[in-house]
Amino acid sequence: MSVLDTDPREQVQVLAEDGSVVEGATVPDLSEEEFVEMYRTMKLARHFDQRAVSLQRQGRMGTYPPLSGQEAAQVGSAMALDDQDWLIPSYREHAASYVHGLTLEGTLRYWMGDERGNKLDDLNIFPVAVPIASQVPHAAGLGMAANYNDTDEVFMCYFGDGATSEGDFHEGLNFGGVFDTPTVFFCNNNQWAISVPREKQTASETIAQKAIAYGMDGVQVDGMDPLAVYKVASAAVERARNGEEDKLRPTLIEAVQYRYGAHTTADDPSVYRQDDEVEEWKAKDPIPRMETFLRDRGTLDDERVADITESVEDEVAAAIETAEGFTRPTTDSMFEHVYADMSERLREQKAYLDRLRSDHGDEELLE
Amino acid sequence: MSDTQNLTLVQAVRDGLKGELERDEDVVVFGEDVGKNGGVFRATQGLYDEFGEERVFDTPLAESGIVGTAIGMAAYGMKPVPEMQFSGFAYPAFDQIVSHAARLRTRSRSRFSVPMTLRMPYGGGIRAPEHHSESKEAFYTHEAGLKVVVPSTPRDTKGLLAASIRDPDPVVFMEPKLIYRAFREEVPDETYTVELGEAKTRREGSDVSVFTWGAMTRPSLEAAENLDGDIDVEVIDLRTLSPMDWDSIVESFKKTGRAVVVHEAPKTGGLGAEIAATIQEEALGYQKAPVTRVTGFDTPFPLYALEDYYMPEAARIEDGIREAVEF
Repeated sequence: MSVLDTDPREQVQVLAEDGSVVEGATVPDLSEEEFVEMYRTMKLARHFDQRAVSLQRQGRMGTYPPLSGQEAAQVGSAMALDDQDWLIPSYREHAASYVHGLTLEGTLRYWMGDERGNKLDDLNIFPVAVPIASQVPHAAGLGMAANYNDTDEVFMCYFGDGATSEGDFHEGLNFGGVFDTPTVFFCNNNQWAISVPREKQTASETIAQKAIAYGMDGVQVDGMDPLAVYKVASAAVERARNGEEDKLRPTLIEAVQYRYGAHTTADDPSVYRQDDEVEEWKAKDPIPRMETFLRDRGTLDDERVADITESVEDEVAAAIETAEGFTRPTTDSMFEHVYADMSERLREQKAYLDRLRSDHGDEELLE
Repeated sequence: MSDTQNLTLVQAVRDGLKGELERDEDVVVFGEDVGKNGGVFRATQGLYDEFGEERVFDTPLAESGIVGTAIGMAAYGMKPVPEMQFSGFAYPAFDQIVSHAARLRTRSRSRFSVPMTLRMPYGGGIRAPEHHSESKEAFYTHEAGLKVVVPSTPRDTKGLLAASIRDPDPVVFMEPKLIYRAFREEVPDETYTVELGEAKTRREGSDVSVFTWGAMTRPSLEAAENLDGDIDVEVIDLRTLSPMDWDSIVESFKKTGRAVVVHEAPKTGGLGAEIAATIQEEALGYQKAPVTRVTGFDTPFPLYALEDYYMPEAARIEDGIREAVEF
């Protein structure tokens, strides 16, 4: 039986909260280096996140959506993709995008207000989507195009629990089902859509069970268990790539998790939720869970953990330095990417801005 | 010389789609009822049989889904031509059109573009039910990143549609359904393009310039003919509303010194205001009279018992022209 055939009202788990392997569960077939990479990337994501929030507080970065608590869901799912596959993120998938090749400085650059952070060159990563659930039909459309071109790429589309209330969630999954697209619809159910709790978002017992309405399989997974997420996501990617008889290729995955921090740095979660709720979820923290698992196997020891901690801090520090060293984009670039060819009116407006800059100087304009 | 067919405007849409489907395998046509049924206006008639359901297909009834998936397909390198059955039903897709189709090039610094042509029949005058008669070209023209095209003749329709489909940017292609079958014109069988962003002078004149587009072009010409011998009216069909052919507008105005803008859309915030403002900016010294606007009213488009009062027709346009000339 495929893990995708699990009843969508049950939760797939591999690692218990104490880091031991749940009785009867199979550990995914990864090498020890890959397990360590999974652990290291989660630690990197956590440290990056803490530093990013701090940068925002210091006025060195704009509004930023933190991911702490959601590392396992992001890293475990993105590790299931091949390079040729596509990642269609919402605005919080910094760690998933990192796994799929986006540099930390690229992520910082975007949140520092430089549109070039969304220019991902050769990576199969779609630009960050901010309007909720609007990226879900894009993922279905990319899959329709891949079907037409007969490729075997898979499209992993991320969204939150709030997104499942939007029409675009429904329309995207409906198109995915009708056109049998190679899509993995991955819901990061972090319990809160800004201040609105999961139970006020939908009366469904689980989000995974909504898949039934679209004719596809839905699976709920412990989103703070990186091994379970990897296992479920890998199975969904495999089915999307190599369809099975009588099964639709898309899958809806609901990864149950928790966002420890605010929705964004502009939000104050103390207004709508209790600290003890946060503490309860911290007991499920994916990082110590994975660390215990690896220590128990003899793969990690104090020295190796210390090395990893140090290398993660160095990597993040270097990324921040690089990002802060980027020069401001040119004002020309504001006009250059609106159309393939600039219209006469845009040309005039660009020339007007050039004149303003030359007459007044940048310092006066940027006051 | 190539062969021609005597086609209505909606037949020219079909002929244009057929030509582009033949020309480029990445062109796909889809939407609600466009497949077997051939579209509620028959704009896609026979294309499903000819090109198969990989190229011409029906979708679930979901406007945001149609445009959202078209954006994904376009970003992947295809040339999707989705249909909104009526422009009045495009609002569920508005977020996709303005937040994503218009902005994906900017957001990705030109790595991704959306070479999508979003067809939608617009406008009143066909005794349609509620929400079937709107003219909301100003919404789309206001949005940077989109192009907006409104043809008024069968020959232009085929050429503008081909140019839109081949354009690397998203085009909102608004079809004046009032004149889908109002008249015929000889249309070349071969494919050709009519360049986007170029207005067409439909009638030369020296006393006053009428700027219009789409379904309002014919009553504007009718008004000009009715006034012939009394007032010498120039009628310019803008054809593309974004990018707008400002040079032709300003040049014509400098010649006549008077302007009348005719559109079916409500007056407030309509493109007439934009044209009037640009004339002020670019040619104030030539101005002999205030710019006159002959437009729909600032009311929801009425049910059909009153629609003839709502829509500008020749008599109202003649009044507008006289007003400008007699100032």
